Amino acid sequence: MRLLTHNMLSSNIKGVINGFPLRIEVEKVVEKPVDFNPDFLKNMFSKIEWKPLVDASRTMGYAELPEEADASMLDSHDFLQRFHHALLELHLEEGALFCPETNRRFPVNKGIPNMLLHEDEV
Amino acid sequence: MKLKQLESLLGEIQQFSNPKIQLEQYPTGPHIASRMLYTAENSFGDVSGKVVADLGCGCGTLGAAAAILGAEHVTGIDIDPDSLEIASSNAEYLEFEMDLVLCDVKNLGWRGQVVDTIVMNPPFGTRRKGADMEFLSAALKHASKAVYSLHKTSTRDHIKRAAVRDYGAESAEVLCELRYDVPQLYKFHKRKEVDIAVDLWRFVPRSHRENDV
Ligand SMILES: C[S@@+](CC[C@H](N)C(=O)[O-])C[C@H]1O[C@@H](n2cnc3c(N)ncnc32)[C@H](O)[C@@H]1O
Repeated sequence: MRLLTHNMLSSNIKGVINGFPLRIEVEKVVEKPVDFNPDFLKNMFSKIEWKPLVDASRTMGYAELPEEADASMLDSHDFLQRFHHALLELHLEEGALFCPETNRRFPVNKGIPNMLLHEDEV
Repeated sequence: MKLKQLESLLGEIQQFSNPKIQLEQYPTGPHIASRMLYTAENSFGDVSGKVVADLGCGCGTLGAAAAILGAEHVTGIDIDPDSLEIASSNAEYLEFEMDLVLCDVKNLGWRGQVVDTIVMNPPFGTRRKGADMEFLSAALKHASKAVYSLHKTSTRDHIKRAAVRDYGAESAEVLCELRYDVPQLYKFHKRKEVDIAVDLWRFVPRSHRENDV
């Protein structure tokens, strides 16, 4: 699972008020290089919740994103490359997503988060 | 890429090895899948460089087609772990990237409108009534640009009404009518293959509020 997917997933348990972001617990991270597409990144920037991306990538062992970011940084090639790497090249292969509000843990195996709910959570 | 090329690439995809009847697991064939994504890309520009989701992705044919046509990111959702395993090995074999999430479409917890385009071949709702509508409702909630979907032609009026009136689609248009081969997975099918008429739809979701969680 890429951090782009993480950035849109939220806990879907009944009654949860703020299910986003899910905290990442890492057992294994893999990196898979993909083509760099600055136009895509510029377009994505406004849709991404920055702080959760920074925290998630740090948890995954990549601490090169600035704490805060604004649209003016999109002119910087260096910034875009870091953003690209964090958003699209880091994959959580094994671990879990943890919902702080309910203490529910969603396991991630072979890169696939299991977001299926139990009967009493729907 | 040419349509024929796409279709033949998709022909290499491994399909359900043990289809589950209650989930309506019949494969979206390469013929239909290639036309669906080819149209989305070439007539509407909804694929290349976009964030795409494949709801009820099964073995991943539609998501694969999106990735092959240049989608920047593809997420496939299915309720069945066995199909996701096949989808994952398909991605490895055909060398495309696709994030997979094990989830019931009814309970997708997605933030805002990160996804541009949703492509799907939902259950037709023949096993569990209303399954098709759950997909449509979820798709129109989560896509910001367009939803492409297949529904039985016999349900055309119903789909249009529900999409526009109940799920807030700005527009709902049948792009073409296709023949869908439902293989004889099921004992109650007497012939080897039953071919049914399906519509390829394009829905445009209403422009959404920013970032609602
Ligand atoms: C007609 S098949 C689509 C096949 C897929 N496009 C492919 O190429 O393999 C419908 C799919 O929806 C999935 N499905 C059924 N109900 C679901 C639900 N509630 N949530 C998520 N997926 C579901 C099934 O497991 C199946 O893979």
